[in-house]
Amino acid sequence: MTQTRFNPALLAARLLVPAISIVFFTTFLTLASPARADDLQDVSKLVKQGQFAQALELVDKHLISKPKDAQGRFLKGIVLTEMNKPNEAITIFTKLTEDYPELPEPYNNLAVIYAQQKNYDKARQSLEMAIRTHPSYATAHENLGDIYARMASQAYDKALQIDSSNSSAQSKLALIRDLMGSGARPGKAGKPAESRPAEPVRVAEAPKAAPAAVAPAAAPVAAAKAAETPKAPAGANAASGDITKAVDRWLSAWSRKETKAYLAMYASDFKTPAGEARSAWEAERKKRINKPGTINVSYERLQITAEGDSATVKFRQHYKSGALKTSSNKLLQMVKRDGVWQIQQERVGS
Amino acid sequence: MQRLSFTGFILAAIATIGFVVSLLSPHAAHSLGKPPPKEAGAIVQQRTQTAAEEAALAISGPEPLLTKVFESIEQNHFDRALQQVEMLIKVYPNFRLAHLIKGDLLLARSRQLTSFGGGGGGQASNEKIADLRDEAAVRLKGYRTKPAANSVPRYLLQMLPEQKHAIVVDTQKSRLYLYQNQNGTPRFVADYYITQGKLGSEKAREGDKKTPIGVYHVTSSLSPQKLGDFYGSGAFPINYPNDWDKRQGRNGHGIWLHGTPSDTFSRPPRASEGCVVLSNQDLDALSKNLQIGLTPVIISNSVEWLSLDDWQSERSSLLKMIEGWRQDWESRDTDRYARHYSQKFVADGQNYKAWIDQKRKVNAGKTWVKIAAANISMFRNPGKDDHVVVTFDQDYRSNNLSNQMKKRQYWIKEGGQWKIASEGAV
Repeated sequence: MTQTRFNPALLAARLLVPAISIVFFTTFLTLASPARADDLQDVSKLVKQGQFAQALELVDKHLISKPKDAQGRFLKGIVLTEMNKPNEAITIFTKLTEDYPELPEPYNNLAVIYAQQKNYDKARQSLEMAIRTHPSYATAHENLGDIYARMASQAYDKALQIDSSNSSAQSKLALIRDLMGSGARPGKAGKPAESRPAEPVRVAEAPKAAPAAVAPAAAPVAAAKAAETPKAPAGANAASGDITKAVDRWLSAWSRKETKAYLAMYASDFKTPAGEARSAWEAERKKRINKPGTINVSYERLQITAEGDSATVKFRQHYKSGALKTSSNKLLQMVKRDGVWQIQQERVGS
Repeated sequence: MQRLSFTGFILAAIATIGFVVSLLSPHAAHSLGKPPPKEAGAIVQQRTQTAAEEAALAISGPEPLLTKVFESIEQNHFDRALQQVEMLIKVYPNFRLAHLIKGDLLLARSRQLTSFGGGGGGQASNEKIADLRDEAAVRLKGYRTKPAANSVPRYLLQMLPEQKHAIVVDTQKSRLYLYQNQNGTPRFVADYYITQGKLGSEKAREGDKKTPIGVYHVTSSLSPQKLGDFYGSGAFPINYPNDWDKRQGRNGHGIWLHGTPSDTFSRPPRASEGCVVLSNQDLDALSKNLQIGLTPVIISNSVEWLSLDDWQSERSSLLKMIEGWRQDWESRDTDRYARHYSQKFVADGQNYKAWIDQKRKVNAGKTWVKIAAANISMFRNPGKDDHVVVTFDQDYRSNNLSNQMKKRQYWIKEGGQWKIASEGAV
């Protein structure tokens, strides 16, 4: 039943998009000739255009000369996933985890494929491995949250003998469609958005989760949808200015490695990504930010939906630190406390 | 902080049964990681250990591990609780309660839960969640309040030597206890979770969805092939309504001990039409010990346990009474004999007066009477209808008549004295 609503390609795409844009193989690339890097960029481009057969051809050609090239193999795994050849993709990603156990992305993508196959236990194990290699890998944390929710939903189905079209799973999936509808992937944007059931417009999640099962998961969806529509709530313009300034301050503190100012941007009831203690999360952030090397964080396509003292903020975040360069979609739930806009929740991928 | 309320409701769910609630740390460590990879030898060892744990779990029933799951939750060890609940599911794949707890444990990782089965959602599910919560409570209660090793259910006063086992059911605890007859003394063998009638116990009328309270026995065995999946691995009808029930005007029929449909490990504590329902594996284990027409099934609201000493003295005082009745009958002194009978006596349509008058007439024609009572069994009826069912082989000889019969008497307390309320051939 869920199968019809659940478009595996979309889920894969969602989770793979950040992975593609992460140039985490820089170390390998620097060892390669410029021509090789160009090859792979072309493969990435073809994948983004949905031309998977050509992408596969090109990446295969590339791998003939460089059979061990991690970046090439990784891309091939993505192409195969897109072409709905999960078993071949699993083989490639599994081999990558064996050859490069320190990289979280192959684990993450393995998890995505396992999740498509409803093999949630394996998906969970893979994500836990990804997190073990990179404790702050946000995509894996978020995916793990998804997997837990799906496993929970499965467990409830078995416990209560209910239809598996569980409401919380539905809204999660709607969230994924929304991401895809934002134009990140050409040719696929329109359709899922149309088929999504209308949701009442709600803004950010309340600080405390409502007892109703659906509410917490549904809220961001509704907010995200609201962000798409051009008309903003009345009086939002003034708030928008303040919120933009707050986001600027936050990214500036981050880029300048001013951890105190950076952490001060987070509300006292900030929801840590993996539900860990605030202190543990702060320690981890400090450690990351204080690593040697410059950090540069910027954004584009800022979208703000504000209502009263809460707001949903979406943007494309560009992060550059030494060898690592990533771009990802960010979603912030912000609240105004004592006249200051603060971050209550920070999520990657939507 | 997020996990705290989850722990809170689990504790609330079990606090009612005397669980010790300790102070909880809101910052309890909760790591997502698994233990570090082990060496090959260690893995093999762990596998063997796991297999052994699973085998033990299959024998013990789910309660010991279920108890540990709740203990882990109480101590904020959610990872451990999840591992334990997954092992429960591995050994008992259709154990819905375990699936519900698993759902909660998983969902608690990404959001706050405010109630047991909190993510199961939906109005339609609430009743099912309530059923599973009740099941959890009675299972844990049943496990924590196992009868002491040297105690005996009051009802099993004397079993026949050929009655190898006896069954005692506690409807309030949703529990069935199996006892073995060890040279006349009942010895605890095993106990099992059971489901009773939707509307509880004390059956009185046809279709009242209640489980009868009383002393019964297994009358036959029905094969699962003829029954269909709903009754699971088999069924054992009991003799409700028995003579006493009929005397009280109770009716209805088809009260069985039976199994569970294949799509679930167990049913909620109150779900049947009046039958006593066990899980299939429990019924299979139990059925090996059942003797058709012989094994007593005593159903009680709340089993009374006696120490062996108290049980012994209750037993001998009743045996003494029966012996007194026998001697007084042999004496042919009708007044002495009549002392043993209740004013409310009824048998074969005769009341006390008719019965005694007839005895007086019969005694007048006797020059001698010899009575032997052998193979005496005595079972005390649970609950409000306090009486003892006495069954024995009676060998009656006299100057003009002899006969052998299996006799059953119902002894009740009247004015502090045990009196016969009814008797007749079985």
